[in-house]
Amino acid sequence: MHIDPLEKKWIYIVLGMTALFLGGIFFTTFVFDIHPPSNVETIDSARLHLSEEFAEDNLGVKRQPDGTIKVIMVAGRYGFFPRRITLPADTPITFRWASIDVLHGVHMPMTNMSTMVVPGYVSEITTEFPKPGDYPMLCNEYCGLGHDFMWSKVTVEEKQAWMRRHPNFGGGES
Amino acid sequence: MTDTHTRQLSIWNFGVAFSAFLIAAFMGFYQVVERSGIFPALESAKVYFASVSSHGVLMAYVLTTFFIMGFGYYTAATALQRPIWKPVLAWAGFGLSLFGTVLAAIPLLTGKASVLYTFYPPIQASSLFYIGVALLVAGSWVWCVIMIVMTHQWQKENPGRPIPLAMFGTAANVFLWLWTSAGVGMEVLFQLIPWSLGWRDTVDPGLARTLFVWTLHPIVYFWLIPAYIAMYCFVPRAAGGYLFSDEMARFAFLGLLVFSLPIGFHHLYMDPEQAAGWKLLHGILTFMVAVPTLITGFTVFASLEIASRLNGGRGLLGWIGRLAWGNPMVLAAVLALLMLILGGFGGIVNASYALNAMVHNTAWVPGHFHLIFAGTTVIMYFAIAYHLWPRLTGKALCNNNLALIQLWTWFVGMTLLSTPWHVLGLLGQPRRISSVTYHSLLTLAWQPYELFMIMGGALLLGSAVLFGYILLKSLRNPSPQVDLEPNYADPIHPPRDMPAWVENMKIWNVIVAGFMLVSFGIPILQFFFLKTYDSVPWGY
Repeated sequence: MHIDPLEKKWIYIVLGMTALFLGGIFFTTFVFDIHPPSNVETIDSARLHLSEEFAEDNLGVKRQPDGTIKVIMVAGRYGFFPRRITLPADTPITFRWASIDVLHGVHMPMTNMSTMVVPGYVSEITTEFPKPGDYPMLCNEYCGLGHDFMWSKVTVEEKQAWMRRHPNFGGGES
Repeated sequence: MTDTHTRQLSIWNFGVAFSAFLIAAFMGFYQVVERSGIFPALESAKVYFASVSSHGVLMAYVLTTFFIMGFGYYTAATALQRPIWKPVLAWAGFGLSLFGTVLAAIPLLTGKASVLYTFYPPIQASSLFYIGVALLVAGSWVWCVIMIVMTHQWQKENPGRPIPLAMFGTAANVFLWLWTSAGVGMEVLFQLIPWSLGWRDTVDPGLARTLFVWTLHPIVYFWLIPAYIAMYCFVPRAAGGYLFSDEMARFAFLGLLVFSLPIGFHHLYMDPEQAAGWKLLHGILTFMVAVPTLITGFTVFASLEIASRLNGGRGLLGWIGRLAWGNPMVLAAVLALLMLILGGFGGIVNASYALNAMVHNTAWVPGHFHLIFAGTTVIMYFAIAYHLWPRLTGKALCNNNLALIQLWTWFVGMTLLSTPWHVLGLLGQPRRISSVTYHSLLTLAWQPYELFMIMGGALLLGSAVLFGYILLKSLRNPSPQVDLEPNYADPIHPPRDMPAWVENMKIWNVIVAGFMLVSFGIPILQFFFLKTYDSVPWGY
């Protein structure tokens, strides 16, 4: 078998490059604990309205005792429910999603808030929004002929202003 | 030495492949125009999604499968120098695939299967569509059997000799295809067909997605390997030189076979039904598949440089000017590699465990895969067609300059189309939308890019039509092709003292099986021990 010396050098460079990229991934994964949204949790999409968590009354933004925010939302053709939410900046926010019908995807452009919403499963993702402003919340998985119109708006407010307006624990907004 | 059966099989397979390609090219142009929102009269979600679904199926399943079968028959007959084993069987496979294609085309074109080419349930298409796709794949398995038998017969008659490189690559691709098509095969056979026929009321979308991604990434290498075979086996000789390394080429093909199979989960990074650890494992393996591709790039560039220096090229970069730019095969290889480099870096972003969240399901993704598929892969398919068409039909290519213009316009068009897609993706535009309805300040930034996409699309359509014209015109060319012999490149160092395990496909299949068991075993089994809830079918 014949391996050219130049070829050998290139193979080392290629392996080094791959190791470098993987090193970057391991670093962010294990040091900063960055993982894609992955909690394997099943739910009956046909009975969401009867479930405790995703029942109509319980949807929306909840302030937790530890200062974090929980957002419970449902995706269905063609909208996200509740339609509009307001969130504080610089606060860890945990979104929990379930689909009532087909596959959907939620994405807020210019942020890392992105997850698929698969019927039969609960999607969960925790993130922070550093910049206040209006963000579109888009469905990014084809879900039917009205898919283009499946979007809503999320307002991110400066943290103190939001806290002043939402003094109570557990208050939803619809 | 090509007999009538080989020539006819290749011509007919190429004919179906490129007819599908031309129809799909028109749809692609319609889609960029519709999507831009500049012509309100054209806007129709119904037509758009039917068109996107047909475009995807025709390009990704029909063009590729038929082209690869046609190329495989030619490769097997010429590299192994033996007639096609059981030509009647080969024709039966071709007929089955064609029947499946027609069956799937009926609901696609009439808007009864607008489920895109990924057909993710629980949106349900007409059962004809799923059955058609299954038959298309079943027909290609007949081709696989013929390729394996022919390789095996040759090995028995030539003990100790290494399999000719072009056939070695084809054999690796055959096993890759058999392995990879099993995932979607199980999904269609056990989930979608019984469900769409009404024999079962519900379907598990999580399991369906997992089975689909088993196929979704390796299938890209099934499409790409013929392009690599041309780069290793045709390009060096077309450039006037020799293949730099035959041995490393073999390792590159094996690397693609082994590492491309267990990596599909980066398509599921944003999905809830699989756990983080499995995603990380697949992510690591995805990075490994960059190694054989980078080795291929090195070998092809080295072969081109050697050819150029043999023909008088001088200087550190001066040899680039002396390349045989007037040869379609050489031009296509350079353009294809340029797009492979750019598309490859985009792919590294997609496969990155954390970065993926930024670009998942945005316009970035079609930008990326159009570079790799429509750029690298299809441009090499053009070059292979220009190379083989005269050898198959016996008629010389009608005009070499037209072929060069066609390749350049395709390259420029694809650049104009895919660059704005990448930018739009970073700006958050979703893929898979037929119009931009979001009334947001952010989305205003998306508008100007649509114009470049239309220009790119128009250029690509023109290029596609020119390609069809050249092939048809060549069929009627009165001057015969002088050189009918296949044109495989000679390596600088012929493969000598290769260890026997390199050629032993049994070993490689066992290794792949082990990898698949680890990477897909528990992720699939979990659906049988978790309490899962199925979905009812939905229309669109």
